[in-house]
Order: sequence, then structure tokens, then C-alpha cells
Amino acid sequence: MKLWIAFWNILLKDMRTYYLKPPNVSWGIIFPLAWTGMFFIRSDSGIESILTLLPGMVALSILFGTTSMLAVTVTFEKKNRSFERLLLAPIPFELLMLAKTSGAILFGVANGFVPVIMAAFLVDLSGIGWGSFVLTVFLIAVVSTFLGLFIAVAVSEVFEAQTFSNFFRFPMIFLCGLFFPIEKLPLFLKPLSYALPLTYGVDVLHGTVHGGHTMPFPLDFVILAAFCVGLFAMCLRNIRRRWIA
Amino acid sequence: MIDEKSYIEVRGLTKHFGKVLAVADVDFAVAKGELFGFLGPNGAGKTTIINILTGLAHPDSGTIRIGGIDCTGNSKAAQHLIGVVPDESNLYPELTGFDNLCFCAALYGMKKAERQARARELLNVFGLSGASDRKFGGYSKGMKRKLTIAAGIIHKPVILFLDEPTTGIDVASARHLRQLISDLNKGGTTIFLTTHYIEEAERLCDRIAFIVSGHIVQVDTVEHLVQPIQARHILQIVCANMPQDIQKYLSASFPDLEFTTPGHGLIRVEAEKPVHVGLLVRFIEERGGEVSEARRIRPSLEDIFVRITGIEANHMHKEKEKTGGGR
Repeated sequence: MKLWIAFWNILLKDMRTYYLKPPNVSWGIIFPLAWTGMFFIRSDSGIESILTLLPGMVALSILFGTTSMLAVTVTFEKKNRSFERLLLAPIPFELLMLAKTSGAILFGVANGFVPVIMAAFLVDLSGIGWGSFVLTVFLIAVVSTFLGLFIAVAVSEVFEAQTFSNFFRFPMIFLCGLFFPIEKLPLFLKPLSYALPLTYGVDVLHGTVHGGHTMPFPLDFVILAAFCVGLFAMCLRNIRRRWIA
Repeated sequence: MIDEKSYIEVRGLTKHFGKVLAVADVDFAVAKGELFGFLGPNGAGKTTIINILTGLAHPDSGTIRIGGIDCTGNSKAAQHLIGVVPDESNLYPELTGFDNLCFCAALYGMKKAERQARARELLNVFGLSGASDRKFGGYSKGMKRKLTIAAGIIHKPVILFLDEPTTGIDVASARHLRQLISDLNKGGTTIFLTTHYIEEAERLCDRIAFIVSGHIVQVDTVEHLVQPIQARHILQIVCANMPQDIQKYLSASFPDLEFTTPGHGLIRVEAEKPVHVGLLVRFIEERGGEVSEARRIRPSLEDIFVRITGIEANHMHKEKEKTGGGR
């Protein structure tokens, strides 16, 4: 059997059905735009502050874009039982879940570049290390997508997916160094920061955009990749336990 | 005993949900080309067994072979051989009928031209060509069931699992679906069907298993199942103002006859010898009953089902209606 046909069509269906629908496209543009504007006005420090705000904006856009979409779409398909159709297909379970999450990963990557495109009109971005930047955007999208999947497996209603995902997302804005350096956090909160995957992605983004990273890039990448693998494995285990019981 | 040519072989299948025993040490086999039916009330374990056989649930114990492949520890092993039509239509509401079928075909690795041709063919067979560009969410219940069955056979499976295929749809659609199921079986597809409609099982199935509370209580052909009661005489009396305790009085006065009162003013009489209708009617009317009809009926699968399981067919229909089913 040609597995790539199944993989490609699951991805294509999700893109057409969910991610490329006008409301979601506008969400993908308006959301980063609103956050960027809000932080830019609030920081009150002129155009040059864009470079320090950009890594946080990129991470935030990816985090909210992917977790919102995946948690809702998977919960929706589980509820109306169309997800069973995928489980009944002769596709290895791991490949099936990769196909199901690929759309959200691409959506997250696209969301991540919205603030970059907006910033490009205002400041010079030629100093950014694009190789590491793009790789990090991708890894943040992957890890956020799997976080969304983790949430989707844990809930049974669509509204629960939104509520539960905020439980993870909002603390991450403050704990992962998006806009406030981790060094300035109270000591008791720091271990929590280093237990969250976004911390490592944001560290690389700060490093590639304005050189403000605290850890070596290879270490950040290894930890981020480990989070991706670990979260995916945990999601697969939970799906098998809860949905194929 | 399991046939050498069995397409589905199940031995010692057991499944608990918490402390509830859903499937209890079930054994059965379905031969190649057979239309095999599971007949039982809600909660009997029919859907759980289908879910286990198709890979949507894990058994606690037991072995499963599908198409000769051991699927006990690997539910994915035989999924390319099977098609599944669940008890609820579960296609994508936002996709059109045509796109739904093409997507389902793609899940089985079919190429674009091949899946489009097959989708058109099935839309035509199921009488849905006119609605192929309409979204599935806007289909009627009957159309949804038809498209769900079409999606189940899009990849030409050798074994088809049908879970309550006609539940919740109108009589005409149900009749059309039964004809389609029969045609599929005649075309060589082995079919495993669950239903709570006795007449549907009787009309369609080569063999039937009665399942109650997770136990298979009887498996045989319709002919063999009804054989023990073929020689019996059954009379059905319709009575208004049914006298109180009439069953007790009838049993006492006619000890050779068996009486049951399934409700709706019905009195069923069973006997080894022909029943004297006039005598019974007079007896009931003398006690205030108004008999409007008394007719002999041919022993049916329903009779044997009630006899073996103790469950009235009306009870199964009502149960299903409570959960949103019914026709």
C-alpha cells in the first residue's frame, strides 16, 4: 500500500478543511499583529525595540496558532467519530498521527513568520541567523502542536480543549523568557521555566535575532528535539490508552 | 467448531469495561462469502465485538484471526482486508459526498484517478449521484447511511463489518440498503452484521448468533434455529379491555397451552396440537375481554429468539428508540 498517498491526503484534507479556511487565515494574521502592536506600544521604547520583541512574538504566534487549532480539530473529529475512520485505515499509528499533526505544524510555521514579515517593513533583519531561526521556528511549531495533541487527548469537549490549553499557554508567556528574561524571575519559578519546552526555543530565537541567548544553541536544539519526541511518544501512548481501550 | 476456510475466527474473546463484563468468552467463526449476523438488544456487546475485531478496542483475552491473519496482538495487520460501517454515520460533515469517498479511498492508498472513478461508481450504485457535490452534513439520515456504507466498501474489502446498518432510517431507505447489502454479499463480500431487528437478521443472514449480556447463546442458520418450533401451533389474539390476570386464568383452564401477554392487548398462545380458537375467544369474552382478532401465525425467528433469550422484540425496538434509533 502506498502510505504516502494516505499521509498526503490526510494533510491536504486538514489544510483545506481547517487551516486554510478564511477565519483561520485571518486569525493567523490578526493575532500576531495584535500582540505585536500591544507589546510595541506598551514597551514605549521606539522602533529599535522591535528586535527584542520579535522572538517573543514569533514564539507566541506559533504557540497559540498550533495549540488552538489542533486541540480543537482533533477533539471535534473525536467527538463526531470521524477520527475512527483514520484509526480504521491500514496506516501505522505513528504515521497517522504525524499526518494528522503536519497541518498544524505548517500552520504554526506560517503563523511564526507573520511577525517577521511585519518587522521586515520596520527594521533591518539582515543580522538574523536565518538557518537557526527557521529550524527553531519549525521545532517550536512541532513541540506546540504535540502539546495541542496532548491537550486534545486529555479532553472530550471542544470548549474544554480551549480552556485546558490556556492553562498551559498563559503561564508559558511569562515563564519561558518571551518578554521577561528568565534571570529576572523569582528563584522558585526558575525550575518551572526550564521544565517548559518553549524556554529553549525562545532562547535560540533571542540569540539569532539580537544575540541575547543564555544557553549554547546545540543544547537548546537537543532539549527542544527531546521535548518533541517525548511529547509525541506520550501522546501516542495516551491515545492508545484512552481511544483504543 | 471453526471452519478451515473461516474468514473471521474468534476464540475466547473477553472484554471488561471496569467491573462490567461486556464480552464473555465468545467463540465464533464466519466462513468466506457468508453473511453472518449478531442479533441482540442494546448493551449485548455487539458493537464492542466489532470494535475489537476492527482494531478500535483491545480485548482482555482471546484470539482473533481475520482473513487468515492473526490480529490478536496487532490490530493493524488485517485492516487492509476489512471495511467498516459504524453504527453512526461518521464521515466528514464539511466535505461533499464525492470528496468524502475520495478521501476514504486515499486512506487505503488508492491513486487519484482510481479513487475518483470508484467514488463515482458507488455514488451511482447508491443512488447519490445527484447529491455528490453536496456537503455530507446536509444529507438526510438515509443518505448518510448509504454514503457511510459506500465509504466502507470504497477499497473493495473482502470482509465488511456493518454495525446496525438500518437503525434510525425510514422504511424505504432501509429496504434499499438491505437490497444493497444482499447484492454485496452475492458479489462475494463476506459480511458481519449486527442488528437488533429480528426480521432484518432473518431476511439477510445465512447464520445468526443470538447475543445477550456479552454471551453468545445460540449460533445457527435461520432454518435450523426455527426448526424446533416449526411443528408448534401459534395463535395471536388481539383483545381490548384485557381482563385482569387473564394469563393466570387461561393457564389454569388450558394446561396444555402456553400463554404469554407481550403487551399492546396481545395474547400469544403456543401448543403442540392445533388450538381451538372459538373456545379461547369465548373464555376471554366471558371475562369481559373484547376480542377483535385471532389468527394463527407461522413460527418465526422472533419466536425462537424470545424463547432462547427471554427478551421480547418490542423491548429491543423501544430500547433503541430511547437511544435515538428506531425506524
